[in-house]
Order: sequence, then structure tokens, then C-alpha cells
Amino acid sequence: MSTMTSDVWVFIEQRYGKPADVSFELLCKGRKLAQGMGGSLKAVVMGDHVDGLVADTFRFGADEAIVIDHPALNQYRTIPYSRILSDLVRTRSPRIVLFGATIIGRDLAPRVASATRSGLTADCTDLQISDVAYLRKDYKNLLLQIRPAFGGNIIATIITPENPVQMATVREGVMEMHPVDNPVAGKVTSIPYIAGPADEIVTIIEQHREENRVNLKAAPIIVAGGYGLGSKGNFKLVYDLAHALGGEVAGSRAAVDAGFVPPERQVGQTGVTVRPKLYIAVGISGAIQHRAGMQESNNIIAINSDPGAPIFGISHYGIVGDATEVIPRFIEVFRNKLK
Amino acid sequence: MYYSIVLVKQVPDTANITGNVMQEDGTVNRAKLPAVFNPEDRVALEMALRVKDQFGGKITAITMGPPRASDMLRECLYMGADQAILISDRKFAGADTLATSYVLAEAVKKIGGYDFIFAGRQAIDGDTAQVGPQTGEKLHLPQITYLEEILKIDGRTVTARRKIEGGYEIVRCTLPVLVTVIKDAVEPRPFSARRVMSHKGAKSLMEIEKMAEGNSLLYVDQLVHEYESRELFIKTLTMDDLKLDPERCGVAGSPTKVYKVESVVLSGGDQEMIEPTKTGLGKLIDKLMEDHILG
Repeated sequence: MSTMTSDVWVFIEQRYGKPADVSFELLCKGRKLAQGMGGSLKAVVMGDHVDGLVADTFRFGADEAIVIDHPALNQYRTIPYSRILSDLVRTRSPRIVLFGATIIGRDLAPRVASATRSGLTADCTDLQISDVAYLRKDYKNLLLQIRPAFGGNIIATIITPENPVQMATVREGVMEMHPVDNPVAGKVTSIPYIAGPADEIVTIIEQHREENRVNLKAAPIIVAGGYGLGSKGNFKLVYDLAHALGGEVAGSRAAVDAGFVPPERQVGQTGVTVRPKLYIAVGISGAIQHRAGMQESNNIIAINSDPGAPIFGISHYGIVGDATEVIPRFIEVFRNKLK
Repeated sequence: MYYSIVLVKQVPDTANITGNVMQEDGTVNRAKLPAVFNPEDRVALEMALRVKDQFGGKITAITMGPPRASDMLRECLYMGADQAILISDRKFAGADTLATSYVLAEAVKKIGGYDFIFAGRQAIDGDTAQVGPQTGEKLHLPQITYLEEILKIDGRTVTARRKIEGGYEIVRCTLPVLVTVIKDAVEPRPFSARRVMSHKGAKSLMEIEKMAEGNSLLYVDQLVHEYESRELFIKTLTMDDLKLDPERCGVAGSPTKVYKVESVVLSGGDQEMIEPTKTGLGKLIDKLMEDHILG
């Protein structure tokens, strides 16, 4: 049993060698957490031919990459990945292990937490390091794991006070992602792959994936429509406004369910989390589940005919009015300004 | 013939939070929320029933929860589960997902002989999706999470389609396996009227004890025996029945603790109202252009 460290680990998720954005978002956050504790940031990279991936982790601030590179790890499969990661956690005792709250992360993290008997909090939207007084005991440098709970109606802060390892999964898109200013090539620790007896128990026969052509997370301007628009015909106004402003189109869950807009454009708790420069919410009442996916936007304009709609509570600019009148006027005025 | 164990949970109905459930400080009044059969667990039971319909076998539904979870176990019997087991003990209170998975895994070991363990992907009260995989790990089982469809079961091999980001993958696995299913996988069947009639009197140990408390002519052991012989006994397992380590159950066995809970408060008040006129919109657009947000 090794002693407790102050190390922060980030599991680097990849499919066909292509890293998931959330892994880099976690490296950026992990760097701050590690600095807060005086520990180092380590990226755990598993896969086949992952040299490029390892280099990427240094660009995003990893001090060290723990690398297991082998053809058997080409595609994510529960058992070899969880077995290897659990062994690493047991022998190297990180203080914090972070995963994306993706399908892979949510398949892997609970297996590792269960094997190592670590605390695990799902779907965090924020992480902080803080000294904590809990049940008359003082704890130094605990990880505050902050997540919406109970259908998004409350925000809970979870701690793992007595356990040596604190684990969390984090939703994609909620943490900022930017490379470090002066990246340094970190240390590479290569771990040999030694096959386990159950590694091949699941065989992947085929995979079908479509690259998401819509990239809402990268859009600086998003115009989102809700059920309040009333019809698919009226929702076209959202497309018109987005087109005029050079933005992307998004929708609330209700708008997606009503068939106004395709599901890959859904913003909110069960959709994408975005933080654009400008978010225009049209006919969206502003249920907590939607707000969770957009409230970090730099500027929020709400257009709604109901002055009591909760969306006004988080918007910077509120326009009470009928979207079918306000949007064409908005487009007209904007086009005139450009002339 | 395949034997399935289905992990089910009774949850507060967070999907239908209405005005009268919200308290003035913006938090939820749990007491006012009805307890329901977790939707994805119902889908998991349906999946087990379809395996049984096709190949024959047996289904046991198990839950860890308070005595009132018997209501949900009766619903499992109405849908077609052959047996329902309530795992209940005051010492389980306050369990996080790790402590829950320990108890469930030990119960599954005691039941034994299974080919499939089915569970919903996640429960609507926590949305963690952790208990299934954590239980699978403790049982050293392979898992297929986010399952959409079982394509084929052939001897000791199952082929299934599972959801992945942006698509799906088809995997093959040897039995036994733990499976978590997503909501859209299959449509759960309604209760069978015949089974409601035959099972509505099913009772757990706690419910039988309550009956006996109110009537000095009734003895718990006799009642249990009678209910068992009529196949109406919802078997109840406690911490002692499962010979569990108390340090790994309930609050004591839960590494995660809720440190703080805040209601979601809308910031409010600091937004600027814009007139929906050409002048009003013009000013707003000017400001956004000045700030290099537009244009």
C-alpha cells in the first residue's frame, strides 16, 4: 500500500484514436485542481498507437502521461480497460481520478470505483479544491464535487472525506478547454499490457457511428427555439435569425420532442451543454433542464411572450413579445446596421 | 431456459415535479412526490420477460429499499416476474451507489444460478448509472451497458446492440452477463389482469408483521408459512440474512457524503428589458456590435 499522493488523474477517452473533447476539458480543470493541492496532473492514455494522443495531453497541461499502448486496447471494452485502470489506481494511489460523463466514462468509472472501493460522483458540473469541516472533523484539500440533483431542482456538493481516492465523472462541455501557454513535454510512463483472463469475453462485432456534423459547442452564436414557437413553420424563424447572425440553430427538449428541430441540436441536461458568446432563446420558458445547458453563456437574450417565463431570470436582455413579430424586426434592423 | 435476476428500484417521481411539490425556498418537498417504479428498471424487467417468453426460464426481481418498496415488487409480479425479493434493513439507510452495489452483489451471490442480470441504465432520482456496473464489478461479470436490443441468444452466447455516441455497436458476450438497458429499448407490457388478481395479496415480511401486530390471534411464522405455500410471500432479506459486513452497508459503507444542498435560485433582477420596437432592438444590436458580439 503506497501513501496518499496529491495527484490528479484524467482518463483520456478516445475512439479510433480520436480523443474526446471532454478529456482535454478535464485536463484544464485538473491542472487547476492539482495546483490547488500542490500535486501533479497525470493523463492516463490507453489505446493502440497513442503517441499523438500523448503529445496532445502535454499541450493541455499534463505533467505526466501514464500510457498503455497495445492492439488489444484498440477499441474501448469494459473489462481490459477497467481491470488495468483499477490496478493502476491501487498501485499508484492518485488522490483524484476524473472521467468524462460519456457513455464510455459512465461504463468505466463505476467499475473502477467498485473494484478499488472509491467514492464516485456522477455528472459533475463543477469541481473545486477546498478545506472542509465535516461532522466536527477538519479535512484539508478535499474535492468538492458539485452536481445538479433531483431532476435539476437542487445543486448538491458531494465530498469523499475519508476515502483515499476521490472519483468523479464530468459532463461534456461544462469546463473550459484551452491549451496551456507554454507547453512542456511531460514525462511518459509506459506500462506494459499483460493480458487478463476475461479481457476478450466481449467481442465488438461491428460499429456504426456518424460524426456529428453539428458542432454547437464551438459556435460563438446560438439561436435556440422552444415549444413556445408553436409550430415547425414558426420555428423556421429561428433558422432565419441564426442565418442572419451567422450562428447555429438549437432547440429545447420540448422543441425536439415536437419535431421542430433534430435531436443533435438539443441544448440542456439531456442534450449538449454550451457556453457561446451570445445565446438567443426564443419561445423557451427556461426549465431548469434547459438552463443547465446554457446558463454559462456570456450573453443571453430571451424573447418570450410570457413576461413571467423563468428564462428572463437568467437572461441579460429580455424582450417580451411575439417571436413572429420580434424576429423579422430584429433581422431587418440588424441588416440595416450592416449596410 | 434462462434464469434472469432483475435489479429494480422505487424512486420519487422526479419526472413529474409540479408547482405544489416545490417549496417556497425553491427546494423539492420529497414527501409530496409519489414513489414510482423506476422507468428504465421497468424496461429491464420487460427485456427479461421477453427472454423468458422466447426461451423459457425464471425471473426474480430484487430491490434494496424501505418496506414500502413492496408496492413496486408487487408490480413486478403483475408484469410477470416469478419471484420478488425485498432486501431491507434499517442499517442500509443512507447508502450511496458503492454500498448499494455491495448489498445487491451479495444478494445476487446468495440467489445464484443466473444467466442474466438486467437493470435499468439509471434511476431518475440520481441519474448516476453507477449501481449496475458497480454490481457487475463485484460479481466479476462482463457487462453490456446502454443496451438497445438483444439480437440473438445462442447457447451460452448473447449478441446485442448497444448505444454509443453518435451510433451503435454490436457486441457478443458469453453468459452470465450484466446488462443495463436504455429507456427506448422495449415498451414495458401492462399488468396482466390475471396476475393482478392472483398476486395483489402478496406480502413482504414487514407487511405480515404489521398484520400480526394488530391481531393477537395471528402469528408471524404461521402467516409466513401460509403466504409461502400460496406463493404470495415477498421474500425479505436483511443484513443478517446476507451475513453482510456492517462497515460496508448504509452510511458507514458510503464513501461519498452530501456536504451541501442548495436550491437553484434564479439570479434575476439584473437583466435589461428591451422594447420590441425598431428603436429598442436597434439599441440592443448597437451594444452587441460595440462589444464585438455581433457583426
